[in-house]
Amino acid sequence: MSDLNKLTISAARDAMRKGELTSVELTEACLDAVDQSSALNAFVHKTPEYAREQAKAADARRGSDVPSLNGIPLGIKDLFCTKGVPSQAASKILDGFKPEYESTVTSQLFDAGAVMLGKLNMDEFAMGSSNETSTYGNAVNPWRRGNDDSALTPGGSSGGSASAVSADLCLAATGTDTGGSIRQPAAFTGITGIKPTYGRVSRWGIVAFASSLDQAGPMTKDVRDAAIMLQAMSGHDPLDSTSAEIPVPDFEAALTGDIKGKVIGIPKEYRMDGMPEEIEKLWSDGTAMLKDAGAVIKDITLPHTKYALPAYYVIAPAEASSNLARYDGVRFGHRAKLAQGDGITEMYEKTRAEGFGPEVQRRVMVGTYVLSAGFYDAYYNRARKVRALIKRDFETVFADGVDAILTPATPSSAFALGENFDPIQMYMNDVFTVTVNLAGLPGVSVPAGVDKQGLPLGLQLIGKPWEEAELLNVAYSLERAAGFVAKPAAWW
Amino acid sequence: MSIDTDTARRVAKLARIKVEDDALPALAQEFGAILGFIEQLNEVDVDGVEPMTSVTPQRLKRREDVVTDGSQQAKVLANAPDAREGFFAVPKVVE
Repeated sequence: MSDLNKLTISAARDAMRKGELTSVELTEACLDAVDQSSALNAFVHKTPEYAREQAKAADARRGSDVPSLNGIPLGIKDLFCTKGVPSQAASKILDGFKPEYESTVTSQLFDAGAVMLGKLNMDEFAMGSSNETSTYGNAVNPWRRGNDDSALTPGGSSGGSASAVSADLCLAATGTDTGGSIRQPAAFTGITGIKPTYGRVSRWGIVAFASSLDQAGPMTKDVRDAAIMLQAMSGHDPLDSTSAEIPVPDFEAALTGDIKGKVIGIPKEYRMDGMPEEIEKLWSDGTAMLKDAGAVIKDITLPHTKYALPAYYVIAPAEASSNLARYDGVRFGHRAKLAQGDGITEMYEKTRAEGFGPEVQRRVMVGTYVLSAGFYDAYYNRARKVRALIKRDFETVFADGVDAILTPATPSSAFALGENFDPIQMYMNDVFTVTVNLAGLPGVSVPAGVDKQGLPLGLQLIGKPWEEAELLNVAYSLERAAGFVAKPAAWW
Repeated sequence: MSIDTDTARRVAKLARIKVEDDALPALAQEFGAILGFIEQLNEVDVDGVEPMTSVTPQRLKRREDVVTDGSQQAKVLANAPDAREGFFAVPKVVE
């Protein structure tokens, strides 16, 4: 077999089960690909010794003991704490931090037999939509516009994960999604990414950004792989008080491709002014594909959609300002050099000014402002009320018989690195994805076409709470109909 | 909404982030732009709506009030920028 790193999880799993492939061979192919990928800046801490050890252990497992991801090489977003391996959320303030513990998600993946190739680039503390706020520098999209060699963003915040999976450096990667950080980068790089229902995957050991919105999920080469990997990541964890005690169904077994009679909602509020024609066309093509597959298409309304981004930019910074208070130069990471006579307040202030990048500082301060005395009701409480209305919008359409909702994943294809948007223009990237986090729903981005410049575009499907199995089946049907097989031409 | 430099200074202080005086006007302007964006929320009729406290309706799980962890002093201190004699060390706080 050649180009082993290009395999999907399911293909590699099946080949290993038949004895046609070993994890050591597969892992070496990925390690080679990683070594040749420095121009993408996706892997920021490589763990080859660790990977080789895990691959050997995987090859030693035989028979009925072989778990679901046995010997599958993965990349892990830098936001996940991995024992003894740098885990710094792409922030300078966590320089040198090596956790003494393993996150629940990575523990579960390793228990399922997975191999870790290293840690992946991201926006600092997952705050960004272009991977440009990282202390490691930009991750780069393997896709380019035609013959134009300008570097494009892989999206964010899980930009390194998206770049690595799209460029076949690993078979799949973990991502996290607070406002769109799995689905937007997946759409920008032609891969699949699912954010599960809030509470499906444990947040323990994942560096916190906005705790009521954060969820981890898989970023994979196809829908089947997303089902396999999500299965391994999911389940109740007593260490996360918001983790749900709900049985995890067999997601892969749900992929029948039969969606006859399923009702797919098309929300009119997602048809935005100035939406590029290509996005509009992708969306109507996707609608037609689901209809051809036997689904019933229904026009729906989600009236508070417009207020999702402003509500998000109150709630997420508010929670971030509280979560990031722990970075004080005392217990871990960076501490500023102090001048003669500096006290503890100067230590905090200098440490945080040096350690946090501009976007993180901005959000921490906005969060501090909206929570401060006199503004708490006007901003924070109002945003939480609007959030309740956004959730109610979804509950209403689901109660009316809608099984899943189809929308574009992003308002554009990947843009160039360094385009220097102002913060609010950058926030608009999440306009189609952020509602899903506010309502705690599962959402999946599926690659569905390319634009005139040859760049991938994604469609998003939104499901009912805890119905990831049904959602993935609709995504599987869409994937088969769209037949997206394009890959970026290797230039790196 | 316009934010003055005094407000920007106060917010930076509350957030414990050192911002030099000459950077305050630009910061105030950025806050103003972001708060202007947020102010769209004032258009929404929220009368009688309860602020969301939990996105999934669930009660926080309870457990026995017993010690389940501990005695990991070395691990707790392993990543400290300055740890001495089993403690985190910080600049003098009490005169």
